[in-house]
Formats: sequence, structure tokens, C-alpha cells
Amino acid sequence: MQTLKASWFGFEKHWTWYRRNWRATVVTSFLTPVLFLLALGIGFGSQVQSTALIGGVPYLQYIAPALVVVTALQGATFEATYAIMSAFLWQKTYVGMVATPITPAQVLYGQVLWIGAQLFARSAVFVVIAVLLGAAAGPGLLWSVPLGTLAGLAFACPLIAYSARLDKPDSFTTIFRFVLMPMMLFTGAYFPVSQLPDWLVPLVWLTPAWHGIELARGTAFGTLDLLPALGHIAFLTAMTAAGIALAVKTFHRRLAV
Amino acid sequence: MENLVEAKALTKHFGTFEAVRGIDVEVRRGEAFGFLGPNGAGKSSTMRMISCVSGRTGGELKVLGMDPDVDGPKIRARLGVVPQLDNLDTELTVRQNLQVYGRYFGMSRQKCREKATELLEFAQLSDRADHEVEPLSGGMKRRLTIARSLVNDPELLLLDEPTTGLDPQARHLLWDRLFRLKQDGVTLIITTHYMDEAEQLCDRLVVMDGGRIAAEGSPAELIGRYSTREVLELRFQPGAPKPDLERFAERVEVLPDRLLLYTQDGEHTLGKVHEAGVQPVQSLVRRSSLEDVFLKLTGRTLVD
Ligand SMILES: Nc1ncnc2c1ncn2[C@@H]1O[C@H](COP(=O)(O)OP(=O)(O)O)[C@@H](O)[C@H]1O
Ligand SMILES: [Mg+2]
Repeated sequence: MQTLKASWFGFEKHWTWYRRNWRATVVTSFLTPVLFLLALGIGFGSQVQSTALIGGVPYLQYIAPALVVVTALQGATFEATYAIMSAFLWQKTYVGMVATPITPAQVLYGQVLWIGAQLFARSAVFVVIAVLLGAAAGPGLLWSVPLGTLAGLAFACPLIAYSARLDKPDSFTTIFRFVLMPMMLFTGAYFPVSQLPDWLVPLVWLTPAWHGIELARGTAFGTLDLLPALGHIAFLTAMTAAGIALAVKTFHRRLAV
Repeated sequence: MENLVEAKALTKHFGTFEAVRGIDVEVRRGEAFGFLGPNGAGKSSTMRMISCVSGRTGGELKVLGMDPDVDGPKIRARLGVVPQLDNLDTELTVRQNLQVYGRYFGMSRQKCREKATELLEFAQLSDRADHEVEPLSGGMKRRLTIARSLVNDPELLLLDEPTTGLDPQARHLLWDRLFRLKQDGVTLIITTHYMDEAEQLCDRLVVMDGGRIAAEGSPAELIGRYSTREVLELRFQPGAPKPDLERFAERVEVLPDRLLLYTQDGEHTLGKVHEAGVQPVQSLVRRSSLEDVFLKLTGRTLVD
């Protein structure tokens, strides 16, 4: 109870900031889905022959649920890198917080809560725009909102634990280029992973993106069985939980010295 | 009298490095207590342990009668902390910094709003209330940090080098605010490497060096115990050999640019120096300060 309240105060701080600065973020959260859906779904998609492999649906509708997940992952990556480092090193806001009754772990929970809320809001905006652009095959696309959020958190939490250990941001560009980019491109968002060379597929299974996309697309088209669905959710939840557990350790080590 | 802080053989190690090497400290309710020492003395490390942010490596520590290892959050709820480096939230306005911080202590939104208005007044920042934090001057940021530390009406306020890096005017303004707090009965713990700050603000202080406490007492006591009433400072041409003047004073300190003669009567000693035919470029008689105490105790000057 105490922990929940304390974490909420951390969330509130971000909300206070957001109330003043939402205009700056709103452009990205609206523009990204519009651009992606227009360029890839409608533009590029007009040249793509729908096949049995993608379920015989229009390409625009095929990629829509996956794009929700991909956008969430992208957002998660930014929220879990520079923002975290700044709160430790540059602005030192975390340092200020732990001088109050709030503990390092609660600082982390508040941060995760805020990232989750943002991912949820972004994903919801994405789905609304997808509906407006005719990218929704049915109401099942709504599932992409919580599922995109979960996939985003599954990536964000371990990444927070990593960022919290760093003293300089140099490795972030490497993560953007060699982890985020391939993960966005090769995990089934734009084409089925069965088209990938066999040796690459097990690697794909380890990404939160693949599990998230499988879930979002499966629920959007009603093609997902319960057992695999639970498996994917279990994987993403485990990644989130492990990330949080690791991050609690690093936050404590870093803030309580 | 009740002790708000009690430390016995308190130590702090970072890896194999011993930053605090077994210090005994007692801070009484209502007093202004100081840690005076140069950079690296272990002041901040000690402050972080007292503020229940950083765990101790060894020894005993009680803050407000409780053990920080057990009751950290409970103790922190009653402390105010001004860290050495400002950590204001530069993404929020001046007022929001105070309100958000109040919420961290679990205060109601209404209470936070009232408190923010009151503290803005105290810190003389009312006209900046809805401005960004970043363009504020160093002194203003420091005042805001102090205001923020008061949001929960703390019984004990910890100030780590409150005025380092500020110009004289900003320092005096800050001292004035701290005097007010003292008068309101807030117990203060201040670290500083400025002897004038320690003399101005502290009822009692410890001189800290290399992780240890070298001496303890009120500023006057320390000066009485470790120094003479007056000091005669003599400057000579740079590079010129410094004459041996031991016989004219109780003690002589040789600094790179001057000689310090410790004596009860500076003018009298100066007369004798002149009689002996010694011609300094410049001479100055002043009262002993904590700087002299530090020099006597450690053989070094406080600020280099
Ligand atoms: N987190 C840390 N890790 C390693 N060494 C540290 C850490 N914090 C302080 N130190 C070292 O401990 C010594 C005392 O530091 P500090 O307590 O900050 O002194 P002061 O505040 O008196 O300048 C210094 O030599 C400093 O380098
Ligand atoms: Mg310090």
C-alpha cells in the first residue's frame, strides 16, 4: 500500500510535467502512426499482393496491429535510455527523490508506471488513427493497445536496468542501431518470419517484438489459440519482471551510496 | 538535552577506500552544528549517512532516535536535505518543484499548494514562481533547494555546502535565511569549507580531515584552545628568504606567500619585528579564526 502510494507520487511528477508539455509530445504520437500507415500500409501496401501466408487480408490491415507493437517498442527504447540516465546523472532528479521517504525501488516503480501509461496512450492513439484510415480488420485490433504496452514494457524494463548502470550515453546509439532497428524490421511486422533463414528464427523468438506482434496480430484476426497466447504473455511478463528485479538492484546500488 | 543525531565509530568505505574513518558525533536539538573540512574530508559521505540515503559501513548511528537501516523512510519523512549539488527538476517550474516535492512526503495537494506559496515568499522567489528553473541564478537555485527541503517542516535540516560557488551577496542572503530557521527552532547541520561560514552559523562544530574528526567545540572554544588571540601576517618579496622570527611569537606558520605569527598582541609583536630590523612588504594584525585552528591541527590551509 505504502509502495503503491509512493510510486504514484513519482508518476504524478511526470504527469505534472506532461500537463505543461503535452503539445510537444502530441505531434510525435499522432504523426508516427499517420506516416507509418500512409507510407507502408497504403503507399507500399498498394504494390503488395495479399497471399495466403499473410492470411489473405489487405497488407494495410496485416501490418496495423504489428505497427502498434513496433511503435510501442520504439517509444519504450527512448523512455528507457536518455531519460533514465538524465535522472541519475544530469538532472539528478532521482537523487532528490530518495532524500524523501521514497525508496530507490519506489522511484523505479513510479518510472515504470509512467512509461507504461505513455505506451498505453500512444498505442491507443495509434489504434484510433488506424481505424480512421481503414486499417482495422475488426474490433480485435483493440487488443493491440494493452499488448503493445506489455511488449514495450518487456523491452523497457531490462533496458532501464542497463541504462541505470551507465556513466555516459555512448552505447545508446549502438542499441538503437543494432538492437532496436533489426528488432523492428525482422520480427514479423512487415513479412512473416517464416521467410527468414532458419538459423535466424530462434533469435527472433527471443525478442519481445516477435511475441508482441504474434499476440497483437493473432488477436486482431482471431487466429490465435489460447495456449500460444498464454506462452507469449508469459514470456513478456517474465521479461518485464526480470527487468524490474534487475533494475531495483541497480537503482538501489546507484542511489544508496 | 535531547540528541537528534548520535554517531559512534561511524565509518563509510567505498570499496577499499575509507572515506569516513570512525567518527563520534552528537547533534543536540535546536543547535546549529557544523562539519568544517577541506574537499575530500568525508563531509558529504557523512551527511548522506545522516540523511539516511546511504548505508553505513560500520559503527553506530541514530537519527531522531531511530536506526537508519531499519527506519530510513520514517526518519527521512522528518528531515530536510540540501545536497551539495542542486538536483532541482529543471523540467518543472519553480512552484511545481515545491509542490511535487511535497507530494513525495505524502502531503495533500491542497497542503502542497499552500506550502509552496509560503516557501516561495521565504526564499524570495515569489516573482519567479511560474518560471522555469534553468535560467535562475546560482543563488536563486540554492534558495529554491533550501525552500524545497523545508516543504515537510523538518525538525532537522542538513545543508551540504550551502553557499559554495555563490557570490558574497548571495551568500549573505542565504545566511540570513538560515538564521531565521535557527530562530524558529530548526536544528541545522551544515558542512562547509569556509571558516567564516562556520563561525557565522555554527554553535558547535567539528573539524574534519581525512575522514577523521580532528577537534570539536564552539568556534570560540576551538580558537581559544588551538590558537592565540591575534595573528600577525607578514608578507615578503616573492622568492626572498623568510627570516626566522620564532622568538617573537608563540608559534610561527610558514605559508608559501607569507608568515603567520601567533601572539596575544599583534601590534606589540609587529613593533618588535620592526625593532629587529625585519622589513616585510606588508603586515596585517587580525584576530585568530577557524582557519588558524585548521592550520594548527592539520598543517594545511582549508581552501587552496
Ligand atoms: N560514491 C563514491 N565512490 C567512491 N569514492 C567516493 C564516493 N563518494 C565519495 N568518495 C570519496 O570519498 C572521499 C570523501 O568524499 P566526500 O565525502 O564527498 O568529501 P567532502 O564532502 O568532504 O568533500 C573523497 O576522496 C571521495 O573521492
Ligand atoms: Mg562534499
